[in-house]
Amino acid sequence: MQTQSIQELTNIARHLRINIIKMVHNAGCGHFGGAFSSADMLTGLFFYKLNYRPDDPFWEDRDRFVLSSGHMSAGLYAALAKLGVFNEKELMGFRKFGTPLQGHPKFNLKYGIEMSTGSLGQGLSIGNGMALAARLKNKNYRVYSLETDGGSESGMVWEGIMTAAHYKLDNRCVLFDLNNVQIDGYMSDVMNIHPVADKFRAFNWHAIEIDGNDMQQICAALDEAAATKGRPTAIIGKTIMGKGVSIFENKPKYHGVAPTDEEFKTAMQELGVQS
Amino acid sequence: MTNEPLNIATRVAYGKKLAGLGETHPEIVVLDADLSCSTKTDLFAKKFPNRFFNVGIAEQDLMGTAAGLAQCGFTVFASTFTIFATGRAWEIVRQSIAYPGFNVKICSTHSGITVGEDGASHQSLEDIALMRVIPGMKVLVPADAHQTMGMMEFMVKDKGPTFMRLGRAEVKDVFDSDYRFTLGKGEVLKQGREICIFATGYVVRAALDAAQLLASKGVQPTVVNMGSIKPIDEALIVQMASQHRLLFSVEEHSVIGGLGSAIAEVLTAKAPQRLIRLGMQDEFGQSGTGAELLKHYRLDAQGIADSISGCI
Repeated sequence: MQTQSIQELTNIARHLRINIIKMVHNAGCGHFGGAFSSADMLTGLFFYKLNYRPDDPFWEDRDRFVLSSGHMSAGLYAALAKLGVFNEKELMGFRKFGTPLQGHPKFNLKYGIEMSTGSLGQGLSIGNGMALAARLKNKNYRVYSLETDGGSESGMVWEGIMTAAHYKLDNRCVLFDLNNVQIDGYMSDVMNIHPVADKFRAFNWHAIEIDGNDMQQICAALDEAAATKGRPTAIIGKTIMGKGVSIFENKPKYHGVAPTDEEFKTAMQELGVQS
Repeated sequence: MTNEPLNIATRVAYGKKLAGLGETHPEIVVLDADLSCSTKTDLFAKKFPNRFFNVGIAEQDLMGTAAGLAQCGFTVFASTFTIFATGRAWEIVRQSIAYPGFNVKICSTHSGITVGEDGASHQSLEDIALMRVIPGMKVLVPADAHQTMGMMEFMVKDKGPTFMRLGRAEVKDVFDSDYRFTLGKGEVLKQGREICIFATGYVVRAALDAAQLLASKGVQPTVVNMGSIKPIDEALIVQMASQHRLLFSVEEHSVIGGLGSAIAEVLTAKAPQRLIRLGMQDEFGQSGTGAELLKHYRLDAQGIADSISGCI
C-alpha cells in the first residue's frame, strides 16, 4: 500500500463514515457507532500500513485482518470497497437478501473478508492461528485484528492474549477500540474493563496508548508495532463512539440502531456531503 | 501388513497414526489444550515439535487458533477431552470452524462413560448430538483401533470440518488391518434375522458379544457397525428395517440426539419401524471402572442381551 498523507487518510476516513451511515440507513438496521469510532484506525491500517493487493485478495503473502467485532462490518466493507476489492455500488446491498455483505462478516476471500465473525471474542485467537501459520511457512506477513472494549469482556479474548505472548508472536498486532460504550450503556456502568493497557502489559504484550481518532498517532503506532520484536503489540486507541457526527457522539443509543431520516440528513451535512 | 491384533484404545491408535501421518503430510498441524499425554498427541509433538502447539487449558482458544491456522491452508487436528472440545468450545466450533467450512479435525478423547473413575464431569454423553447438529460437520465414531486409523486416512484427504469421537479405554479389535473406511457407510458385522442391533464406538464389541449370548437362547440378531454417524448410511438403515422386525441402537452416549436419534430420523422419513434406543437414558454417569459402569447402565454384553431379551 502506498503511503498517503495524513490529510489524504483523514479524507478517506470521512469517506468511510459517509458510506457506513449510508449503508446502515439504507439497510434500516446495523451498528454504526463502533464503525465510526474505529474508522480512523481502520483507515490507518488499510490505507497506510496493510501489505495488501486489492486486485489479488488471495495473495498468499498478504497481511491479514480479522474484524473481531463483527457487528462493525459496515466499516470493514466500506474500507474494502474503497480499496477496490469490490465495487462500491455493492455496499448498498449490505444486510439484504443474497448479498456477500452479510450483517456480520462471512468468510469470503474474493471480497477480502478473511474470517466469519460476529460472535464476539473469537478473532484474537483466530489471528494468532494465522500468525503461527506465517511462522510455519516462513512468511513475513503480519496479522491484525480489531478488538473492542465491550468485545473483550469475553473470557476467550484473554486466552488468546496469553497465547500470543507465550508464542512471542511479534507478527501479531491488535487494534483496540476503546470507546467506552457497549449496547446496554457506558462500560463503567455495565462492566468495567479498565485499565486496558496495564492488562496487556501484564500479559507480556507491548502496549501503545493513543488517541484512536488521531491519524498521526495511529500511523506512528502502526510503525512502532511493526518494529517491535519478541512480543505482540496492542495499539489501544481511545476513541469516541459515533465520532464524526456530533449528534451521535458518545451516546449508547447509537450503538446498534439505524439513524432516522432526519438524523441521516444531519450526518450527511456534518460529514460534508452536499445534498 | 500383519494381522496381529491391536486391542488398544482408540485414542492410542489416534496418537500413533497421527505421528505416522505427520511424516507424509507436512500440512498437518496439531493443537492440544494441556492434555497431550492423555489424548496421545504427545507422540506427534515429540516427532514434530514445530508443528505442535499447546494452548494450555483454554479450549475456546484451541478452536479459534485452529481456525486461524486452517484459514492459512493447514490441516489442523485439534485434540482435548470430548466434553471440553464439544461442550465448552461448541460455539467457537460452530462460528469459526464450521461456518467458514475450515479444515479442522476435532479429534477428542475420553468420550462416554468408559472414561470411568473421573466421573460425570468428564464423561461426555452429549457430544454426538452437539456436533451432529452443526451444518457441514461430519461425525465419526470408530469402534476400534483399525477403524480409527481408517477414518484418519480419510480425514487427511478430505477437506472441511470433522469430529471424531475417541475413547480412553482399551477396546478389543472389531476389524483387522485390511479395514478401509468409507464415509457414510455402515458395516454388517454379523448377519442374523428378525432383530438388528446398530452400534457405534466402544460398545460395538459388546453388541457382538451380546449377539453371542443371545445365540444360546436361539436369537440370532444382525449386528451393524455405524462408524459414520454424519453422513449416515440411510440405505443400510432402510434395508435393515425391511429385513428385521425389531431394531436396537446401542451407544455410550445419551439416547437423545445420538446414534439412536440419527437412525430414528431416517426411519421416520423412509422406513417406519420400531427402534429401541439403548444408551444413557437422560442421566449423568458416575465414578467407577469402565466395566462397572457399562454393567450398571446395561451397556456391556450381558446388559445389551438382557435389554433385547426383555423386548422380544
